[in-house]
Amino acid sequence: MVFLSALFLLILMITGCRQQNAGTADSDVKNGDENPAYGDAIVEGTIGEPSNLIPMLASDSASHAVSGLIFNGLVKYDTDLSITGDLAESWDISRDGLIITFHLRKGVKWTDGADFTADDVLFGYRTIIDEKTPSAYKEDFLQVKKAEVLDRFTFRVTYDKPFAPALTSWGSLVILPRHLLGGKDITKSDMTRDPIGLGPYKLSKWVSGQELLLESNKDYFAGRPYLDHYIYKVIPDPATMFLELKTGGIDMMGLTPIQYTKQTDTAFFRKNYRKYRFPAFQYTHLAFNQKHPWFSDKRVRQAIAFGIDKKEIVDVVLFGLGSPATGPYVPNTWPYNPDVKKYEYNPELARQLLRESGWQDIDGDGIVDKDGKPFHFTILTNAGNALRKNTATIIQWRLEKIGIKVDIRTVEWSTFINQFIDKKRFEAVLLGWSIGLDADQYDIWHSSKTKEKELNFISFSNSEVDELLEKGRRTFDLEKRKKAYFRIQEILADEVPYIFLYVPDATPIVHARIRGITPTPIGISYNLPKWYVPKSLQRHTMVP
Amino acid sequence: MVCAEKPAAAYDGAIMLAYLAKRLLEMIPTLFGITLISFLIIHLAPGKPTDALSEMNPKMTPEARERLEKYYGLDKPVMVQYGLWLKRIIKLDFGESFSMDRRPVMQKIWDTKQPITERRLFITFMLNVMAMIIILLIAIPIGISSATHQHTLYDKITTTTVFVGFAMPSFWLALLLMLLFGVYLDWLPISGLKSMNYDALPFWGKVIDRVRHLVLPLFVVAFGSLAADSRYMRSSMLEVIRQDYVTVARAKGLPERVVIYRHAFRNALLPLITLIGLSVPGLIGGSVIFENIFGIPGMGQLFFNGVMARDYPLIMAILTIGAFLTLIGNLLADVGYMLADPRIRTGR
Repeated sequence: MVFLSALFLLILMITGCRQQNAGTADSDVKNGDENPAYGDAIVEGTIGEPSNLIPMLASDSASHAVSGLIFNGLVKYDTDLSITGDLAESWDISRDGLIITFHLRKGVKWTDGADFTADDVLFGYRTIIDEKTPSAYKEDFLQVKKAEVLDRFTFRVTYDKPFAPALTSWGSLVILPRHLLGGKDITKSDMTRDPIGLGPYKLSKWVSGQELLLESNKDYFAGRPYLDHYIYKVIPDPATMFLELKTGGIDMMGLTPIQYTKQTDTAFFRKNYRKYRFPAFQYTHLAFNQKHPWFSDKRVRQAIAFGIDKKEIVDVVLFGLGSPATGPYVPNTWPYNPDVKKYEYNPELARQLLRESGWQDIDGDGIVDKDGKPFHFTILTNAGNALRKNTATIIQWRLEKIGIKVDIRTVEWSTFINQFIDKKRFEAVLLGWSIGLDADQYDIWHSSKTKEKELNFISFSNSEVDELLEKGRRTFDLEKRKKAYFRIQEILADEVPYIFLYVPDATPIVHARIRGITPTPIGISYNLPKWYVPKSLQRHTMVP
Repeated sequence: MVCAEKPAAAYDGAIMLAYLAKRLLEMIPTLFGITLISFLIIHLAPGKPTDALSEMNPKMTPEARERLEKYYGLDKPVMVQYGLWLKRIIKLDFGESFSMDRRPVMQKIWDTKQPITERRLFITFMLNVMAMIIILLIAIPIGISSATHQHTLYDKITTTTVFVGFAMPSFWLALLLMLLFGVYLDWLPISGLKSMNYDALPFWGKVIDRVRHLVLPLFVVAFGSLAADSRYMRSSMLEVIRQDYVTVARAKGLPERVVIYRHAFRNALLPLITLIGLSVPGLIGGSVIFENIFGIPGMGQLFFNGVMARDYPLIMAILTIGAFLTLIGNLLADVGYMLADPRIRTGR
């Protein structure tokens, strides 16, 4: 659910944010001394309560948001989406791309005082591949042929085949304190609710269903965080959360499009809060079942693409907070190809393409027919997502103008997946993908991934794309990867297996007294330890 | 006459005990049936607890999915799973939650590491008891007075008011009240059970803080439930005041107060006792909604999350506890009825 639902808030928390096209901050809070100072706390509202703070055991975004403050990885993404060292100072990749050697930072300590060493990494790796560990993230690690500790601060992994996404898999999932967990059943460990980490914050109190209180790690290897406390307040209802923001009960939350454009456009919010905006790492699309006789014709898919006005959807559904999508990548990231076929709204051309493929309105009812059947299909989407439903409604209205009748059906998520997607019982679906920071999308587009429960559920098959996907993940050379992914986007734009509709913006709001926030392509939370409140503006002086 | 009362009371007591024992024994098959049906229905619903980990996740292979299902014991037939569940439940072990934290379900509902006031079952139970008391304290006087003032303007106004409360969606009313009292007037907190500086408050400060947090949730619950109780009270009162003995009471010159509250009221209360017993499941169901809106960490909130994640052991535990509380509620209502009504107490 985490991977395919477009819950704005969740996405904001995990993938954070992107790109800086409008890091515009409207706020009147000025003056006072502006120097970074220690102290104060930030309160963030969260809809879901974390379930498990050992990163490899959790799959919900709330858990990862919190454990992300407690654990670090060997590597992390830099603000330009390149990979940079975190607990690893540097690493070498062998010429054939099969061996990665990590050189770890020395002098890093777990918050209980023990040293962090290569043994902890090896322990984490062995734990995640263990049969008894129920982790959703095993696969990247099962590709490893050999993992070894060369010395206290050197860790080496060997692969069978070069695997580009491998490097980034050595993030915070597999760093665990061996001295505390060795020989224990990790799923039953106290660490799941009371973890010992080495990140910028440590958990000091967790009141189930109410709040999690994190305290800054004064010995954090990258420097003591300025904010003394980070507090997550569990507020399950989004409307309640917004009211809490209004009364100052929380400092930070993700806004919906209507909250961003209308409800926070007041003097009060301009004075007390700053809003941020950048493309989220996700896109919404209309996917066609390639096995359906009507949609197996490329001209029909293209006709529908010309019949939909993406700009209109962004303006109406997202209140302009997003951008039309052209492919499965986010604009202004390295794999994104800006020069592909764009399908500007053109109903004339759409009608013409339909005519060419044999669809014509014979009986004069406004609906095009072929072989005696009117063009009438159903767009399926999951219930409970207003943005998707509104998008489907606009598409329904637009397609009627080119002679295609559309029904919309919404189904509860589990039923939707189990009864319709897995069984391939659909004509077209409206869905969204959260995309990872790595460009590899083998699972979504490769023709071998069309079995039940696999992600190429539309049965897309293109031998050139297959080859390019393979090429892209088997080299660490960024230029070569870029070339492969650029070409894939050209093919996808021409073939239209999906109509890529829009990339929504993430729109968080943060209290104006909190400074040091600079939006980048990977969002705002990447430099959280550097956020601060100037001394004169500090609000929470007492430990809450 | 006065002397004869003692043996009669003993006789009553024996009947009562036998009755109680019978009812308690009857509860066992009922509870068994409820759990069986619940278990089957939950497993019939599409989706599995492993969905959150595995659905639409590019890192999940079919083998990994099978491993997970085996890990949770979901590869066995449903009846076998039910058998295993039943075996544990006899020892009052609700098993481990299927959610990622794998905590024992009982620990989630009744966390022995937290003070009693922070435990989910306690929070939900206390809120419902308080709500029930408030509902009765308001509904009964409304019911009586609108019966004694039948067809007056007062009757019409109260009737309209309680029905407005009944018809109004509680989540909507909750949001409006939060907006008014929390945002515009800034009198009351919006969500949660206590403030962030709670631990630093003096004793009375803590009490006031708790009460302030409870005002809105309790009002919303009570306002929505006034209709049933007050209307029952009203109609039962109307019936009673037409009875001969009320006429007799009036005829012998008793003041109207005494007629209504001494003679009529006690008899009119009887149907309400049954109604209270029946309202337990409604209150528990209501908790699911208002605990989510007000961010109250009770059992209803836990249940909602459990259902969304298809956390079977957790859902089953809460349903079982809910069913048990309902049956107990009904039993208490019947016992209350017996105590209040001598016609039932004496058997036939």
